Amino acid sequence: MDKTKSETGPTKLEAVMGWVDKRFPATETFEYHMSKYYAPKNFNFWYYFGFLAMFVLVNQLVTGVWLTMNYVPSGEGAFASVEYIMRDVEYGWLLRYLHSTGASFFFIVIYLHMYRALRYGSYRGPRELLWLIGMAIFIALMAEGFFGYLLPWGNMSYWGAQVIVSLFGAIPFIGPDLMEWIRGDFLMSETTLNRFFALHVVALPLVLCILIFVHLVALHHVGSNNPDGIEIKKNKDANGIPLDGIPFHPYYTVHDIHAMVVFLFIFCAVVFFAPEMGGYFLEKPNFDMADPLKTPDHIAPVWYYTPFYAMLRAATYPLFGMSAKFWGFVVMAGAIVIPAVLPWLDRSPVRSMRYKGLWSRTMLSLFVISFFILGYLGTQAPSKIGTIMAQICTTIYFAYFILMPWYTRIEKTKPEPERVTG
Amino acid sequence: MSDGDVAIDSAKDDNKDNNNDATSGGVNSGRRYFLIQATSAVAAVGAVGAAWPFVKYWTPSAKARAAGAPVKVDFSRLAPGEMLSPIVAWRGKPIFVVSRDNQTIESLKSDTAELADPDSQNPEQQPEFAVNAWRSAKPEVGVYLGICTHLGCSPKYVVTDNFEASGQGGFFCPCHGSKFDLAGRVVKGVPAPDNLEVPPYRFVSDTVIVIGEEGAA
Repeated sequence: MDKTKSETGPTKLEAVMGWVDKRFPATETFEYHMSKYYAPKNFNFWYYFGFLAMFVLVNQLVTGVWLTMNYVPSGEGAFASVEYIMRDVEYGWLLRYLHSTGASFFFIVIYLHMYRALRYGSYRGPRELLWLIGMAIFIALMAEGFFGYLLPWGNMSYWGAQVIVSLFGAIPFIGPDLMEWIRGDFLMSETTLNRFFALHVVALPLVLCILIFVHLVALHHVGSNNPDGIEIKKNKDANGIPLDGIPFHPYYTVHDIHAMVVFLFIFCAVVFFAPEMGGYFLEKPNFDMADPLKTPDHIAPVWYYTPFYAMLRAATYPLFGMSAKFWGFVVMAGAIVIPAVLPWLDRSPVRSMRYKGLWSRTMLSLFVISFFILGYLGTQAPSKIGTIMAQICTTIYFAYFILMPWYTRIEKTKPEPERVTG
Repeated sequence: MSDGDVAIDSAKDDNKDNNNDATSGGVNSGRRYFLIQATSAVAAVGAVGAAWPFVKYWTPSAKARAAGAPVKVDFSRLAPGEMLSPIVAWRGKPIFVVSRDNQTIESLKSDTAELADPDSQNPEQQPEFAVNAWRSAKPEVGVYLGICTHLGCSPKYVVTDNFEASGQGGFFCPCHGSKFDLAGRVVKGVPAPDNLEVPPYRFVSDTVIVIGEEGAA
């Protein structure tokens, strides 16, 4: 090499990066996903939750690995080992509360993230696959939470899992055998605990990480939606950069770190002052060890499943020769899966709620209200009036989806702007 | 591909077979399609075969299958109108043993309007000896598997007022509100589809039964 080049040549860092880049697309990947990924400049409050979900995931992975170091997945040892972590292991209480509170916050953040998509039509083409991958993540997350909930081997863990596994018994013909296959025994037992541990600690985290990676690949391919629901790629400058876009890094990385700090204030307040959240995050009967002979007086799943649980209970009548139990299963499974078809139900000419009409706004509001009511009802003991309310709310929940092709077509929408606003 | 290559490839194919319809650009697509299908089919069989041990691994082990010996239950201290406590377990599942007085036995015969299957017509829910109004071998003692037929919670024993009209007791499932009468018969309009299961059992003496075995006392 000649001397003149070395004088103005690359810095040490550039030299290292040059060496790496020849062997691995480090800079290229960083630019594609961060510094040259152009996100719409009009993101608002609702766009924090994707990042926050990733942040909570990291919290769950790290605290989870640490908890595994002292947890004993056996019928005899599980409950005692959780007590041991809480009382005798240095900072065991903190890591366990970070993990249990993290589980609830994961769902809070994911529900808000999904609401964002409903509000601004983020599921609409060309983001159908992005949405479907997201739905797969949601279902995997529900499974992950469910498997994890059995591990403390408390009485609520035990009977909660018994109820959910029994759901599969409602499937005609194969139901009872399927239940036995899932449990690996004729009742919930140590065998079940062991396999749930394996699924919770190895299989589903792996599935979740892969799905989240694919979710991001799809997102960065189609580009982010925004509160106006218009394509920023339609207006580009001479260099092909969207006029309404802004590089994700550093602009949104700094934004998101700010959100993370605010989030941590709230999260830590719960971890330190209300980790049980009045029995909603950690349920009281779970401080008793699992007893296969005695169901707790009042059994309810953790809050993040209660809307679906309330819908399950809302089915009380046999229909078409099938039992109410079967229909409960169908209603619950349907309620979880039906959002997946949203991209094909929404026929509105506009994406965002900002430009949709009265019908869409009303239906979304009713949908959210019934979701909250169902969530509340699911935590309560069954009652006559509760069941009727759950039936009404279940109807609204499904009406939001099933009537969508109709009301999005007939309503009067406002014209979308050419460029993003605000 | 240059023009020359195409010409050579086509010439080769023409020499090998006359099936020109399926040949395009030097590729015998018919043969390729067949080979892909055949390979995929063999691979699928292999995948299913390889998955089988993983699926079968989840079924109850020999140890789990071996557990579940018959259980002897002595209820000599049980007074009429009570349920045996602590609850005994058979195959790890709770067994309810209830003692019934004469008034209860009479009302089990007459109060059937609210019940979904008063005559125990589903043969899977009880052994043949229990197909009667009290669903038991002897009217004064009822033996039921304490697992709700809805989603497997264990119902509570309610001494009185499980039924508003008659004031009779029964079983109430706290999970989803299913109700059963004192013979384990399910009420209409609740989520549970079937009557409580009656396990096979036999009397050894007047106050001792063996659960898990059937036959004459």
